[in-house]
Amino acid sequence: MSIKLGVPSKGRLMEKTFAWFGARGVTLGRAGSDREYAGFVEGIDNVDLVLLSAGEIPRELAAGRIHLGVTGTDLVREKLGPWNGDVRELAELGFGHADLILAVPSAWVDVNTLDDLDAAAAAFRQVHGFRMRIATKYHRQVRDFLRENGVADYQLVDSQGATEGTVKNETAEAIADITSTGDTLRANHLKILEDGLILKSQATLFTSSAAALDASDRAAMRALEQKLHLD
Amino acid sequence: MPGRAAIRAEAARLRGTFEAAGAQPIEAAILQPAEVLLDLYGEDIRGRAYVTSDMLRGEQMLRPDFTVPVVQMHMHHGAEPARYTYAGEVFRRQEDDPDRASEYLQVGYEIFERDRPAASDAEVFALFAELLAPLGLRAATGDIGILMAAVDGLRTTDRRKQALRRHIWRPRRFRALMDRFSGRAPVPESRAALLAHEDPLGDLPHLIGLRSRAEIAARIDALREDAATPPVAKGEVALIEAILDVRETSNFALERLRDIAVDMPAISDAVDRLAARMAELDARGVDVEALDFEASYGRTQMEYYDGFVFGFYAPTRPDLPPVATGGRYDALTRHLGQGREIPAVGGVIRPGLVAALGGLS
Repeated sequence: MSIKLGVPSKGRLMEKTFAWFGARGVTLGRAGSDREYAGFVEGIDNVDLVLLSAGEIPRELAAGRIHLGVTGTDLVREKLGPWNGDVRELAELGFGHADLILAVPSAWVDVNTLDDLDAAAAAFRQVHGFRMRIATKYHRQVRDFLRENGVADYQLVDSQGATEGTVKNETAEAIADITSTGDTLRANHLKILEDGLILKSQATLFTSSAAALDASDRAAMRALEQKLHLD
Repeated sequence: MPGRAAIRAEAARLRGTFEAAGAQPIEAAILQPAEVLLDLYGEDIRGRAYVTSDMLRGEQMLRPDFTVPVVQMHMHHGAEPARYTYAGEVFRRQEDDPDRASEYLQVGYEIFERDRPAASDAEVFALFAELLAPLGLRAATGDIGILMAAVDGLRTTDRRKQALRRHIWRPRRFRALMDRFSGRAPVPESRAALLAHEDPLGDLPHLIGLRSRAEIAARIDALREDAATPPVAKGEVALIEAILDVRETSNFALERLRDIAVDMPAISDAVDRLAARMAELDARGVDVEALDFEASYGRTQMEYYDGFVFGFYAPTRPDLPPVATGGRYDALTRHLGQGREIPAVGGVIRPGLVAALGGLS
């Protein structure tokens, strides 16, 4: 047996994860060609690398099919809910920073806070006959956030990509999306609400207590934690 | 835990009792059109109900309760007055608490009657209290109508009252609005800047989306009107808080509310209705002197209730949800009836919890 470490299979998130482990003496890499999703681990025994889409890592952790996984806090919260007892944070990795925020058109000079958004949503419903649409792919977190803050008369519409464009295309009035710098928002004539920060997310190493461990796995886990200075 | 068969038997017994009390048994579809429920409860319902869909009928929800289909059925072809009973599964998504059931039976009793609201309220409660008596439950009661009347009675603009009424069921936003309307909370900087601006629409950034310039202008006018309106008087804020703090046995609660009504006559009618209900409860053998009353009860979970509200709890099992809940939902019938309305009151019992607590037989 060995313990399985899930890492995003492409892009900057994969490269930075490799670099973070590399700086701690654990070399991760992709085996063979760029097209092949197989990986290798050097510098420690009995740890296997599993390359996965970042969005699938929460589910694999919760199911116990991987022991460790690197993904964003935003994805874990969205896919597993706020209280999943099986998946626990081990370390924040210091990259992949992204904030989940609520944004409205910059021209809405009368809307700067959630209080404004709620009032504007009530008036919007009266004028247009339907509830104000907020485009997002983070349904659960946005809904929980708006409920906690007592915002009513809105509806979520699903947007899996190019969410910033939905307002201009008139398929939504506002958006809730991940942003790292805010440049894309500005380019799309949108602004963040002052109290519209839903979640600060970054790449994080998670561990799953749903995954079975035998004696040698436990030893491998301890060795890895020591090497990563997590003990 | 009792098995399904035992729970079904308990449900059948309860429904039989309601039929014997004069209710007509009815059925409702498990799949309900999502649109109606979304329109009524807003986006929050998606967090509580299972949503599914097909190409033909679009989004459907596994019924989260019977209230909506029962009201719709009554409005289409119900005689008046009417009493209904039903027994069946309801489905609730559970995302935080693995111990809460996502599928369970409910048995309901609903009265649609125009002329005797106090008697109908008392009839439902007394029937439930008598039926559940062997379980030794604690009853909680309240009346959302009193807080609504207090909001309507505030000496301030209709716009403010409307905003408060809209958030009666969201205590946190309600409080934030009270704080703002009474001047206790500072005006946010960005709003102060907007109000100070002579022509905020003059150098408007490029406008995108459906919400128009006219709508933005209308809201700025509303904000200006609000800024020019004097704050809600401290005394009135204190009275609203005094109402929300009422939590006593019914006789003392009534006395306390009568005192408050001296300074806030707007709630007098609502308090009279409470008194009339207590008299009807007493006439049906309910020990009103021992019955708890809490003016803010039912504000967080029972969005469509707008008058009398009640719940029955197992004092020895604080881990369990209420065994039975109910209340008056006149506004819901107004909303679903599109202009027509029929005063309605009712409640549901969870036979699974009844059986878990030892059953009634």
